[in-house]
Parts: sequence; C-alpha cells; structure tokens
Amino acid sequence: MALGTILIFAEAEGDGPSTLTLELVTKARSLADTVDAFVAGDGASLADALGAHGVSTVYSTGALDDRLVGVHAAAALEALVTANGPGAVFFGQTPNGRDTAARLSVRLDQPVVTNNVGAELEGDTLVVEEPVFGGTKNVFTAFRSGGPALALFRPKSFEAEPSGGGPAAVQAVDVPDVGRAGAARVTGRFEEERSGPQLGEAGVVVSGGRGLGQPEAYEMVEELADLLGAASGASRAIVDAGWVPYAKQVGQTGKVVKPDIYIACGISGATQHLVGMKGSKTIVAINKDSEAPIFGVADLGIVGDVHKVMPALIEALKAR
Amino acid sequence: MKVVVCVKQIPDPALPGELDPATNLLKRDDKLILDESDSYGVEMALQLVEAAGGGQVSLVSMAPRNETSGLRTALAMGADDAILVSDDALAGTDALGTAKILASAIGRYEPDLVLAGVESSDGYTGTVPEMIAGVLDMPSITFAKQIEVADGVVKVQRQTEAGYDDVECALPALVSVTAGVVEPRYPSFKGIMAAKKKPVEELDLAATGVDAGAVGGAGARQETVRVTDAEERQAGEIIEDEGDGHERIVELLTQLKVI
Repeated sequence: MALGTILIFAEAEGDGPSTLTLELVTKARSLADTVDAFVAGDGASLADALGAHGVSTVYSTGALDDRLVGVHAAAALEALVTANGPGAVFFGQTPNGRDTAARLSVRLDQPVVTNNVGAELEGDTLVVEEPVFGGTKNVFTAFRSGGPALALFRPKSFEAEPSGGGPAAVQAVDVPDVGRAGAARVTGRFEEERSGPQLGEAGVVVSGGRGLGQPEAYEMVEELADLLGAASGASRAIVDAGWVPYAKQVGQTGKVVKPDIYIACGISGATQHLVGMKGSKTIVAINKDSEAPIFGVADLGIVGDVHKVMPALIEALKAR
Repeated sequence: MKVVVCVKQIPDPALPGELDPATNLLKRDDKLILDESDSYGVEMALQLVEAAGGGQVSLVSMAPRNETSGLRTALAMGADDAILVSDDALAGTDALGTAKILASAIGRYEPDLVLAGVESSDGYTGTVPEMIAGVLDMPSITFAKQIEVADGVVKVQRQTEAGYDDVECALPALVSVTAGVVEPRYPSFKGIMAAKKKPVEELDLAATGVDAGAVGGAGARQETVRVTDAEERQAGEIIEDEGDGHERIVELLTQLKVI
C-alpha cells in the first residue's frame, strides 16, 4: 500500500532546497505514489533540485517579503490541502516548519505529531517514530484522524538520495488574507558570522558546556576544533548563559549532529544534549563528574578537569 | 498592561521518566513542578509589566488532579493570579486539544500580551504556543530571544537558523520565548508566603466550553501502536585522568586517522 500524495513543506538554504527538505522528499518517495512540494517563497528556484529528488509539482507562494512564514504559509496550505487531499504533509523540525504545522493543524482541525525520526506504512495508515526519554525508547504513533497526517521530522532522520527525475513543474498558489493574525512584520534580518566547518556537516565536532566554568574557557574549545579541522559546538546551558550564539547549540532545540567523532568537553549530558549528538560514530567525553550521563554514551571517557586535560591535549596536538 | 503566561507543570526532570504501560502516556503520578522553560516567560512578563509602569501578570495551566505546586512557584515569583484547568477527561489530550483548552482560559483575561515557552521540557512538542495563537486568531512571534514593549507594539529578536530577525507587531499578540531570554528570579520567602493567598480559579472541561470530543485520548485521534527500547550504545572505556588522559585521546584520534 502507499499513500496517494505526500506534500513536503520545502525550505530553502542558500540557493537550493535545504538538506532536511531533500531528506523528507527522499523518504516520502518510498511511502507515496506522488511527492509534491510547497514553498513559502520562490519555488521556481528550487524546482530543479526538488525534481531531481522526485518531486512532481512545486507549489510556490512567491516572495513573502516582510511577512512571517507560519501564519501565511498555513493559510495557503489549507487551500492547497483542501483542493488536492494529500495523505500527509511532512515538515522539517525548524522554526518555520513548526509554526506552519501548528497553524495548519488549527485550520484543518487535524493533529500534528512532532520530533519524528522515522515513518512507515502499516496498511494505508502512516505510523511515525519519535524517540523519548533522551532516545532510550521509541514511540510509534499511528494517525487515526482520517484527514491528512501532519508530521514533523528531525534533521538527519533519513538519507537524501536523487531519484534521477527532471525539473519539477511549478505552480503559483495564492496567499489568502489572514487579517490581523498576520500583523507581525520583519524589520531586519541578521546572520551570525560563520567561519570554519559547519556544525551540521563537519566530520569532527568539539563541543563545550557548563563545566568550562567561564565564557573565556570556550576559547579552548575553538582552539582544539581548529587543530582538528572540526566545527565547534555547545550545550544549551552555555548558549542560554550567553557565552556563545545559538547557532552553535547541539541538542533537541539546536542542531542534530552525526559526525565521525564528537568530543564533549565539560558537558554533563542532559537529555536535551544527548538527543542531538548520540548518533555520532565515536564519542569522547571529558568531565570531572564520573557519574555524568555523558559517560553512558562515550566510547572514551576521561574523568578529569577540562582545564587540565584540554590544554595538555592542545599542546600534544601542536607538538605533532 | 495585562500579560498572560502559559505555564506547564511537569514531573521533576531529575527523576527518570516512565510511560504507563496501559495507556502509553507519560506517568504524572508524583507532585508536578513548574517547567523551567516556563519560568523564563514568567520572569519576562514580570519585567515587562514593571517597565510598563504596572499591570497584571496572570497564569494559565492545564494539569491533572488540580495540581497547583508549579503555579504556586510562579505566583511566588510575583505573578498575580491564575486559572487552572483540570479534569479527568483531559488525560491523553494532544497539543491541539491543549491549545484549545488554554486558549479558552486565556480568553477570560483579555490580555494585551500572551507569553509561552517555546517548548516544554517533558513533551517538547513545541507547537502549542503557535496553535493557541491560531485558535485565538491572534498574531504571533515565536522563538523570541529578546522582547521589548513600547507604545502598544511588541518588538522581538526572533531566533532563526542563521541568526535572528527583528520582528514587530501591534498588541494584542502572542510571543513564545526561548530559555535564556531572561534570568528567572528565585521566589523570596515573602513571595512564597504571599503566593499561598493569591487567587487560583479552577475550571473543569465544561467550564472551558471546549467540545469534549476535541480532548482526551479520543480527541487526539492518534494511537501509540507500540513502544520499543532504543538500541543502546556499547559502554566505552572510562578512565581517570592521572595527567595522561590527553594521551589516550591522541591515541584514539590517531587510530581513527583524524591526525
């Protein structure tokens, strides 16, 4: 059995579709006869790459300019879903994905299931898989509403693979007036400076946490990352404390990383963090508390003071 | 200025979570506490009302067994009053049903601003605030890392994948706040004593006017078909640093051909 159509809430990253979008498209191919995409923005610029991954039609709202995505995208999606009746709408677990799914849920009066890492069909019912309790258990949920299944997926849940398809057809869709609900306006956009390997793609990631003691100590994390050609990351605790920008956050609310090697420095390993890095091939942890949960997932754990182990490690690497 | 803060009362995150084998719902038998994620919204509301020269900070919460422990913590921080919705029929309610219940409670206050945490620390669904805005047909700004209110307009720095956007909106509006937007205060002894006398209005499902078919396990229209144990990572090698811990890391990095 297969669902007739799955509609993907597609998002752009740079000039093309985001990796997460292509992951969802690839998965949807195995579940549905037809995969379409909806773009809150310029869909035409994504049509080639989406088509190459198996998307038939890209529905495009055109530029939303200073309007927020969620409330407007949901209004346009409601009309599209009502007209086309897809079996499911897939969203990435991103700020705009969450906003749009939430608003669409209210408009269609359909449930949303979030935080998924898997999807399969049981008969013609969609069943999604969500890790709970820091990834120690997986909950499988079947949609029983009879309407389109609205599901959000975490990054890196699936592999993105081209299907060899040609460019997708592009069809413009209207954005209905949402009245005062659409009153918020974007007045400025700011990008954090990025340098070095990107957290989501790096083969090696070095992350720091509260155990560093003070913001200045994060420089050790960056120095170690530089020496290893790694990306630098952080636990939520030190992002919340304002030591490093949110873009560096690894975890449930931050980035999901699956590097070959993950080095956790002064990170205790709260569930929130483990969810974002447990998929790493090899995990090294340095922490002074031998009871810290991070040692439960570490391949190599050093029970010790980061202020001693890290400088020694940095010196040893420099000496090579 | 009238601000309503959505507050979730959750099992103590320090204790291991457990699913009820009969229902596959999170066990919430023990005392519930204020979700830390919501303490930021409470603090933000207190600061905004103070900056506005006065007003009211009210709380809304949905919890089993008329649980008020978490609400009392937020009242002790300085919130003025609260509405608690509690009803056996609400067990198993999903995010959309929860949003309908909370929206009904919020509507009673006719607030200028509604604040909520981006996501709870137990279920972390992360959709309830935006759903509430949808039910109330209200404008919203999610993922706020900084908030100001002046002349009836809320100005927010909204976290994005790449950095942040400046977003503004005329009130009334809903804003969801990230952890770290402000440093929550600890309740003072005086605050704790005062909180005991602050009004908490308790509503059952019927009083909210929300259709009984929209809540509870049946209203969620989704079924947990099974729960499995995740594959555990093999336990690794844990060593005490005797001044040579870094050497073991170098060895491993060499072995893995990183250096």
